[in-house]
Amino acid sequence: MRFLLIALLFVAAPGLCANDYAYPINNPFLATVLGTPEPLRAVLPEKAKLKIKRLSRADWEMPAAMWYSERLEYSYRLQRGSAPMIFLIAGTGGFHNTGKNLPLLKAFYQAGFHVVGITSPTHSQFVVAASTTGVPGHQKNDAEDIYRVMQQIRDDIGHQDRITGYNMAGYSLGATNAGFVAELDSRQRVFNFERVLMINPPLSIYSSISKLDRMLQNIPGGMDNFGLYFNNIVQAITGAYKQSSTVEFSPELVFEAFKDNPPTSEELGALIGIAFRLASSAMIFTADERTDFGFIKPSNVRLTKNTSLGAYGQVAVRVGFTDYYHEFFWPFYEPKYPDESRDSFVRLHSLYAIEDYLRGAPNVAVFHNQDDVILAAGEIDFFPEVFGDRATIFPNGGHLGNLEYSVNMAKIVGYFK
Amino acid sequence: MMPRAFFSIALVLSLGLGGCSTKPVIVSGDGPEEPVFTSERLIASDVESPFQINDPLEGFNRTMYRFNYHADRWVLMPAVRTYRFLIPQPLRTGVRNFFNNFFNIRTVFNQVLQGRPVRAMQTTGRFAVNTTLGIAGLFDVATHAGMPYHREDFGQTLGVWGFGPGAYLVLPFFGPSNIRDGAGLAVDSAFQSWLDPLNFDDHPSRQYIYYPLMILDTRDKVAFQYFRTGSPFEYELVRRLILTVREIEVAK
Repeated sequence: MRFLLIALLFVAAPGLCANDYAYPINNPFLATVLGTPEPLRAVLPEKAKLKIKRLSRADWEMPAAMWYSERLEYSYRLQRGSAPMIFLIAGTGGFHNTGKNLPLLKAFYQAGFHVVGITSPTHSQFVVAASTTGVPGHQKNDAEDIYRVMQQIRDDIGHQDRITGYNMAGYSLGATNAGFVAELDSRQRVFNFERVLMINPPLSIYSSISKLDRMLQNIPGGMDNFGLYFNNIVQAITGAYKQSSTVEFSPELVFEAFKDNPPTSEELGALIGIAFRLASSAMIFTADERTDFGFIKPSNVRLTKNTSLGAYGQVAVRVGFTDYYHEFFWPFYEPKYPDESRDSFVRLHSLYAIEDYLRGAPNVAVFHNQDDVILAAGEIDFFPEVFGDRATIFPNGGHLGNLEYSVNMAKIVGYFK
Repeated sequence: MMPRAFFSIALVLSLGLGGCSTKPVIVSGDGPEEPVFTSERLIASDVESPFQINDPLEGFNRTMYRFNYHADRWVLMPAVRTYRFLIPQPLRTGVRNFFNNFFNIRTVFNQVLQGRPVRAMQTTGRFAVNTTLGIAGLFDVATHAGMPYHREDFGQTLGVWGFGPGAYLVLPFFGPSNIRDGAGLAVDSAFQSWLDPLNFDDHPSRQYIYYPLMILDTRDKVAFQYFRTGSPFEYELVRRLILTVREIEVAK
């Protein structure tokens, strides 16, 4: 089935692409789920051989039920001699050494860079161990947290005599994070990033999360079938879990699970929506637990190491990113932003907030896809308009579907050379 | 039978530790405050949910789940890393092949009990080929020859006989399972020590090679690591996942 599909795509591809860019999947939803067919992927070493370390514990009170997340992990690998370093920030719910971070870290190391993988500020572990407020998604705060974490990692790794300069990359939400961190660094000048690459960032986080939430409306039979549909997804993950080298409830693992047997076109949207729902449920519940906000967990109860979380879990997967924004995120930050409204606050968490910086930052580039499914209609035009010739827009690839395509990987690595 | 005695002691110890409540603690007021979102507000009561699974042993299971994390982190995984570092890949493959072949005995026993003579013959053939041509099972000749591979245990046999899985059960060291499969595991090991194919009775020292290698190989081939899935609902999601895996394996 899979080979038939790939063969079909090969046949179909040349006729559909105007130029010689030959990423073969033209349905952006399918591209997002399938990624790049094996034979077209960049050739990378089988093992990344990353070292994994944990930073020391932060000084705020840790929730007892999340005792296993008290210290932030990161991964790194140094070249033998002197080289520049690349910090790589994972996408929504992503861990430092899994999913799409892994091929990128391999490619950067192979190209001669020291590499450091950083967990997304939306990952449960980051929310517990490294988020100062405990309520992630606030781009300025998240950037400050990441910036602090980067400095801790730099000090923790040592060998600064062998690091000749600093670079940064990020994909998806990690790309937006990278933009805000770069802006922060332009003022604080700790790293003086030589080059920063943003791969498939959302323009406005609110607009992208609304789109992801809406995709769930494609669940066959409507939202009351959510549980049944979710069970099917778990079943598919089960199949992938037996072959996979990691077990993780992340969007990327969900897509991995459906590679051999992708659903029909209408259901692809539901699948993408639910994959991100797994990530959002983890993030939202962790934030609720960190702050005792009373979003899903009653504010006056404390969870112990043994507390049953099933009743909260089934609510958490039914709550969307937009519910989080309106009934948790904004009410949480509102007292600190008397001049903002619920609607204007959205803009602070979009690239519009750092647009002036991005226009004038020669060291920041963006790679994007014309058909990225997380962008609303017309949003793609922001990138060539603001970045000018520092923007590279590929004709197809969906959301990160073409990331591992050999042409993309060569351009990504080439940008830092 | 030292290793098994060790497991029994661990099991008894862990049962003693497992009585903790699975309820949250209310820190102020008479009852829990109403959160923004509740299941009553969001979910129709007849809707199926992967989070609603009968788990009467949850207190014990959660304690055991944490015990396994620590056992894994401080004992098993360091041992596996040392094993990977010291023993070259071809030798480790040989070890894996040996155990896969050795457990064909268990599979045949269960296929017979399940009333599947064709599969039992296939597995017997496979065992015969790998034990002889494959030099005591170190080489997997049978797979290269295209012979089908099955893996059956007594938990699956009980399933075929119509026994339901019973309550979810997290076993020390062995990890997530259920009552039926836990019992199956006990029967399978009892059968193995009764049959004694490696003649431990006459050569007790063989156990000191067999058990450590079996444990290392078993852990080495499982990718899962406790508390690394990135979800605070890992316990619940893994529970759904494991019960599903076993349903599929019984039905196969």
